Amino acid sequence: MSKAAGRLFFACVALFLALPVIVVAGVALNAKKTLAFPPQGLSADWYLSVLTDPAWRSALTNSVMVALAASTISVAIALPLSWFLWRRVAPWARLVQMIGFSPFVLPPVITALGALSFWATTGFYGQVWTVVISHGIFFVSLPLVTITLGFATIDREIIEAGMTMGADDKTLMKTVIFPLIRPFVISGFAFAFVLSLNEYIVAYMTVGFTLETIPIKVFNALRYGYTPTMAAVSVFFVLIAVLVFGTVARFGDLPKLMGAWSKGE
Amino acid sequence: MRRSPPQRLADYLPIAFPAGMLGLFFVIPFGIMVAISVFKRVQGGFYEPSFTLANYARFLTPFFGEVLSFSLGLAALVSALCLLIGVPFTYMLTRLGRRAQVFWLIALLGVLSLSEVIIGFAWSTLLSRTAGLSNLFVWLGLMEKPEAWAPGLGAVLTGLVYQAFPYTVLVLYPAFSRLDPSLMEAARTLGCSPRRAFLNVVLPVMRKTLLATFIIVFIFALGAYLLPQILGRPQHWTLSVLVTDQAIYQSNMPFAAAMAVFLVIASLLLVGLSVLISGRKGIGEQ
Repeated sequence: MSKAAGRLFFACVALFLALPVIVVAGVALNAKKTLAFPPQGLSADWYLSVLTDPAWRSALTNSVMVALAASTISVAIALPLSWFLWRRVAPWARLVQMIGFSPFVLPPVITALGALSFWATTGFYGQVWTVVISHGIFFVSLPLVTITLGFATIDREIIEAGMTMGADDKTLMKTVIFPLIRPFVISGFAFAFVLSLNEYIVAYMTVGFTLETIPIKVFNALRYGYTPTMAAVSVFFVLIAVLVFGTVARFGDLPKLMGAWSKGE
Repeated sequence: MRRSPPQRLADYLPIAFPAGMLGLFFVIPFGIMVAISVFKRVQGGFYEPSFTLANYARFLTPFFGEVLSFSLGLAALVSALCLLIGVPFTYMLTRLGRRAQVFWLIALLGVLSLSEVIIGFAWSTLLSRTAGLSNLFVWLGLMEKPEAWAPGLGAVLTGLVYQAFPYTVLVLYPAFSRLDPSLMEAARTLGCSPRRAFLNVVLPVMRKTLLATFIIVFIFALGAYLLPQILGRPQHWTLSVLVTDQAIYQSNMPFAAAMAVFLVIASLLLVGLSVLISGRKGIGEQ
């Protein structure tokens, strides 16, 4: 492909990816309660309404709280698991790792239905904290991938040096290992956080009728009456994702995190 | 440092929490779901313990056959389209400078993480009569009056490709960025045009990766549960939508569970197949 054709191809893909975001951002600028594009009259009210309207604001708070708690659980499961796999020879532990990956590989509806069956059977169905645990399990695979990658980058000779000087596992973890894998832990947390924020089906099947998260509220608005606020909140979510991944890229090596060889390898 | 097998009980402590959490909140729920799939449905939205294969017997109905074949066909089409655009795109992406790659990775991750609800809403707006693309075409003089393109099969397909495209690129990215550049240089030295070198050297070398990626994206597309609902009509519903519908709206958990078990088995077989394929790498892949 010639250079010009290549540029055109990239421009088309960029347009395809950006178009929905542009239209949604525009729709949220309408002066009246309509989803017209181009917007009729300009107003920032719908953008502000995400924060001022009590129902949308509480949905936003719910989403953020669930995502923070769930991604903490994901990391709390993934970190000791990847450490164990790195430190110990135990083939059976691979099985635990595979179980950790499976919610992400299987169609999400399976995890969702499993969660629904479980919480209904144990009698906790509808409790707010159930979605936190189910999301925590659902997104374990993300920190599991990044942290496992982090451990793989540690030069084992550094650890050897620490051990020779008499450091035990605990000291090593605190002074050597954790500082080295910290960026991978943070990016794993960030991935789980953004995905939990956007997750619909597991949230719907666990707390769909008791707690409104943003995706649940947007879906309800789609069924029972459109409002430009749902467009405005979608734009917020795009910005959050770009901001979080931009930060990950700023402090970490994003191409390497995504599986490219880094320079000099 | 040498890795050592756990010896004392305390050595097992770090894995106790992860194993316990995953066991309690993933393996057990999964087991309960499998159990429910052989339970008997009781009128009023509940079920009682028993052992019946009646829920699985419903797979033999023409209705289920239609939904299944539609789901598989749609997922295959989405996966094929994503690879068609994604393969040349990823190949060119890995040849860009570092900064440009980071920019694209952020954009792709941003789109990938978007809620299906938001993607569905955005495309339904974009394909609507009042706010949609057709207005732009009218303005450009290409069409006479605006048309609604959603709901419809085209809309479902567009939404699914939009969702699966970033996933495809990110799955292909490691393999393409590790592709030995000397292969391409050799082809160029021997007089191949870049296009011919891509088609005759890069693609054949990557064929196993491509096949494995096709399967992975296929499973991903099979999992879409909201886009067919938002952008399609009931005849465009997929197996995932049907599972949700049976579980929540029809209150038929046993049948929903049976379909979920079916989906699990199908997905696991496909995952196994993709591992088998990509396990043996071609030349030039590291």
